Amino acid sequence: MPKVTMTVNGKAASADVEPRTLLVDFLRQHLRLTGTHVGCDTSQCGACVVHVNGRAIKACTSLAVQWDGASVTTIEGLASGDALHPMQEAFREHHGLQCGFCTPGMIMAAVDLVNRHGGVPDEATIRRELEGNMCRCTGYHNIVKAIGAGASAMQGSGKVAAE
Amino acid sequence: MSNTGIGARVARLEDQRFITGAGKYTDDVNVAGQTYAAFARSEHAHATVKSVDSKAALAVPGVIAVFTGADLEKDAIGPLPAGWMIHSKDGSPMNAPGHPCLVQGKARYVGDPVAVVIGESLAAARAGAEALAIDYDVHEAVTDPAKARSSATQLHDSAPKNTCYEWELGDKAATAAAFKSAKHVTKLSLSNNRLVPNPMEPRSALGNYDAGTDSFTLYTTSQNPHVARLVMSAFLNVAPEHKLRVIAPDVGGGFGSKIYVYPEEVVCTWASKKVGRPIKWTADRTEAFITDAHGRDHVTNAEIAMDERGKILGLKVHTTANLGGYPSLFATCVPTYLYATLLSGQYDIPAIYAEVDAVYTNTVPVDAYRGAGRPEATFLVERIVEIASREMGIDPATFRKRNFIKKFPHQTPVIMNYDAGDYAASLNKACELIDYKGFGKRRREAARRGKLRGIGFSCYIEACGIAPSAAVGSLGAGVGLWESAEVRVNPTGNVEILTGSHSHGQGHETTFAQLVSDRLGIGIDQVTIVHGDTDKVQFGMGTYGSRSGAVGMTAISKALDKVEAKAKKIAAHLLEASESDIEFKDGAFSVSGTDKKVTFPEVSLNAYVAHKFPSDEIEPGLKEGAFHDPSNFTFPAGCHICEIEIDPETGVCEIADWVAVDDFGNVINPMIVEGQVHGGIAQGVGQALMEGVSYDSSGQLMTGSFMDYCMPRADNLPSFKVDTTVTPCPSNPLGIKGCGEAGAIASPPAVINAITDAIGHENITMPATPQVVWQAARQGAARAAE
Ligand code: FES
Ligand code: FES
Repeated sequence: MPKVTMTVNGKAASADVEPRTLLVDFLRQHLRLTGTHVGCDTSQCGACVVHVNGRAIKACTSLAVQWDGASVTTIEGLASGDALHPMQEAFREHHGLQCGFCTPGMIMAAVDLVNRHGGVPDEATIRRELEGNMCRCTGYHNIVKAIGAGASAMQGSGKVAAE
Repeated sequence: MSNTGIGARVARLEDQRFITGAGKYTDDVNVAGQTYAAFARSEHAHATVKSVDSKAALAVPGVIAVFTGADLEKDAIGPLPAGWMIHSKDGSPMNAPGHPCLVQGKARYVGDPVAVVIGESLAAARAGAEALAIDYDVHEAVTDPAKARSSATQLHDSAPKNTCYEWELGDKAATAAAFKSAKHVTKLSLSNNRLVPNPMEPRSALGNYDAGTDSFTLYTTSQNPHVARLVMSAFLNVAPEHKLRVIAPDVGGGFGSKIYVYPEEVVCTWASKKVGRPIKWTADRTEAFITDAHGRDHVTNAEIAMDERGKILGLKVHTTANLGGYPSLFATCVPTYLYATLLSGQYDIPAIYAEVDAVYTNTVPVDAYRGAGRPEATFLVERIVEIASREMGIDPATFRKRNFIKKFPHQTPVIMNYDAGDYAASLNKACELIDYKGFGKRRREAARRGKLRGIGFSCYIEACGIAPSAAVGSLGAGVGLWESAEVRVNPTGNVEILTGSHSHGQGHETTFAQLVSDRLGIGIDQVTIVHGDTDKVQFGMGTYGSRSGAVGMTAISKALDKVEAKAKKIAAHLLEASESDIEFKDGAFSVSGTDKKVTFPEVSLNAYVAHKFPSDEIEPGLKEGAFHDPSNFTFPAGCHICEIEIDPETGVCEIADWVAVDDFGNVINPMIVEGQVHGGIAQGVGQALMEGVSYDSSGQLMTGSFMDYCMPRADNLPSFKVDTTVTPCPSNPLGIKGCGEAGAIASPPAVINAITDAIGHENITMPATPQVVWQAARQGAARAAE
C-alpha cells in the first residue's frame, strides 16, 4: 500500500492507503476529519469541497495519492484558533445554513470563489458560481447573502487568498 | 421582547459546530471494532427470488457474514408495518401487506434489499455483495398508477387489482346537487409528479449489540428516534424497548424521508448481535434514490362548480395515489387525511366529494415528503380555481376574494375546522408587495424584449401542528401525536430542556432556548436542548408536519408553567411572603408592592439546598415534565405570487419575482422562519420546473442520480420577498401555527399559474421543463392565432 503524506490544516499527516482511496475517505476515515461530507456519488453536490494548495476541489473526485506532498485545508482548519474565518461568521450571521450538511463544502467553495474573483462578487456571479454546490434546506437565499457579506468582510480583514 | 426572547432574530446556537466542521452526523460516528454492511438489491422491479448463493461472497477476503430474508424469518423479525388504518368506501379495511426488511418471496421494486453482506471494510462488504449469485424469476412490472388497477400484474396476493383501498370523503349527493345548479363548471386533469426528497445527508445506520447488558444501540438518521424504537420493538421484534437505545445525532435534513423505519437500520441492529460486532451502513446517493421513500405521485380528475358570479358551489375530485411497492409507515394517511381534508383550501365551498384509490406499483414506496398531501391538495385547488377565474373572465385575485372564508371558526365539508385566519389580508399584502397593478406594464415591457411574462397566485392552507391524538385515532392512526418535554433546572440556575421533537435543520436548539429565555428571564446561553436520544428523553413523537413549534414548544411551555409555580412557592419562603403576593418578571421573584426580590438562579440553588422551606410540603429539586396533546390542528395559510418570464424560443423559464406573505401566527425567530419559507419555496419550484421521477415500463428508475434528476441550484432561483401577516393560533398558548412546510405547499401552483398565464395554455405537466413549456407555448400561440 502506498504511503501518502500531506500537510492537513497545517499539520503533517501520513498514512498507508490503498491506491483507490479517495481524498475524502482519507480525510474522513484515516484522519477522522469528519467535517468534510459526502452527499453524492456523481461529483455534483459539493458537500466534499476542500482546499488543496489553496484551490477548491471536490475531495470525492480525486485520489489521496494524487496529493502526496500537498497542503490541504478542510473546514476544521479554516478558522485561526478561536477566531472564525469571516466567511464562517457570515454564514452564521445571515442564517446561511439549516441542517448544516452542505455547509462545510459551501463555505470552502465560497472562500475560493471570493479568492478567484477578488472584491465582492454580485448576486448573479455568486449564484452562477454555486453551480457545483447543492443545498436542499435554505433555497440558497441566505447562502447568497452570506457569501456577499463574507466577501466584504474578507476584503476588510485581509483574508483574501491569505491561506 | 427581550433581545433573546420570543420574536427576536437571534443567530443560531447550533451553528458554531456546523460552520467549523464539528457537527456529528450518523456517518461521523465510529465505534471500536465496527464492520460494514452492503446490501444486495433487486435489479428487477418485480421478481421472485428463487435462491441466493453466498458461497462466492463468503470467499471474498474480509467478508464476515451474509444474511437473507430467511434468516430474518427464523428470528421472527417482522416486516415493516403500515401505521395508519384506512377503510374503503364499503367499510372493508385496507390491504396493507408488510415490507420484509430483506426480500421473502418477491422483490417488488428495483432496490428492494435481497441480502446483506457484512465485511471488515466497506470495500470487502461491497465486493461480497457483488459476488452473491441471486437467481430471479422475473415478472411483468406495473409502474404507472393509472394502469395499476387494470394491470394483469398483481404485486401482492392479498391486494386484488393492486388496490390498497378505495376511500371517499364528503357528501356525494350534496355535491351532485351543487353541480346541477351550477352556471359554470371547470374541469381539470392533472398529475402531481413523483419526487425524491434528497436531503443532502444520505441515510445511515450504525447498529451495536452489547452482550454485557444484552442491549442494542442504534445510531440512525431519524426525525423521530422514539418512534423508530417503538416500531422496531413492538412490530419488528428486534429488541424490547428498554433494551434498545436509538440515537439520532445531527441529522442533515429529512423533509419527511427520515420519519420511517427502513430495512437497513433494522438489519444493521439485528445483525450486530449475530456477528458480535457493530455494523455500519451509509447510503450512497444512488441507493438513496432507490430506497428513500419518494413523495407525491397522484393522478387526479377534478371538477369545480360555480354560480354566475363565480361563487363556488361544489368540488368533485377523483385521485389515484401511487403507494409504490409496499405501504410505508404513514403512506396510507397521506393521500387521504392529509390531502382530501384540505380540499376546501381557503374557500367557502358548501359541498365537496373526494374519492381516492391507493394503488401498489413496482416502484419505491411513496410516503410523506415536505407538505405530504397538502401540496397535492393545494396544487389541485389553486390550479382549478385559477382556471375557473380565467374561464369566467374574472380577475384571479377578485375571484379568490369573492370565495374566501371570512368567518371563523369555519367548519369545512371535509372534517377540518379552521380556527383563525385572514386570507384577504395576506392576498392584499402580497399584491402590494409585487405591485400587482403594475403587472400589465411589466408584461408589455417583457413582450418588447421578446419574452412572455406571466403572474401566478397561490393562496394555500395547510393543517399543521400534527395532531390531536383522539381525532387522529378516530381516523385510523396507530399512534397519538402529542409531544413531551422535561425542564431540568440545575442548582446554578441554568436549564436543560429534554424534548421529544428532533431538529434536522430547524434550529430547535435556538428557538426552544428563546422560549425558555423569555419565560425564565435567563440568557439563551444558559439553556441546553437535549433531543434525539431515547436514553435521555423518555418518549417523543418527533419532528414532521410542522409540529415542533405548535406541539413541541407548547409541551415545553406547560412544563415551564409547572417550574414557575414551584419556584414561586420556594421564593415565597425565601422572601417570607405569601405565595399569592409573589410576582415573577424578568427573571426575578418579588413581593408585590415591595423591592424585596430573589433571582431565578437563587431560587434554583435553594430548591436543591432545601434548607429554607419545609420539604414535607415542597419536595426538593426543580424539574418538571409535561405532555401536550393539541386540541386542534393549526392552520397556517398565506399567499404566494410568482412572476415568470419565458423565452418562447427555448421554453426556458426565469422566475422574475417572488412574494410570499404567510400567516404562521406568532413567530419565535423571524430569521429562522424566513429560512424555512425560502427552503420550502425552492423545493416547490423544484417540483414545478425541474424535479420528476421517471420509471421505464420495466420499472427501472431512469432518474437515479443527480445527473438525471434535476435538483434546484442557486442560479435557478431568485431572492425571495418574504413577509407575514399574523392571526395568532387560538389552540395553543404560544399562538404558533408552524412554518416548515408552507413554502413547498404554496409554490408549485404559483409557478404553474404564472407559466399558463404567460403562454395562454392550461395544459402543462410538472416538471415544466423547457421542453414542456416550449411545446405548450407553441400550442398556446397556435390557439391565439385561430
Ligand atoms: S460528495 Fe458530492 S460532489 Fe463530492
Ligand atoms: S443546510 Fe441543509 S443542505 Fe444546506
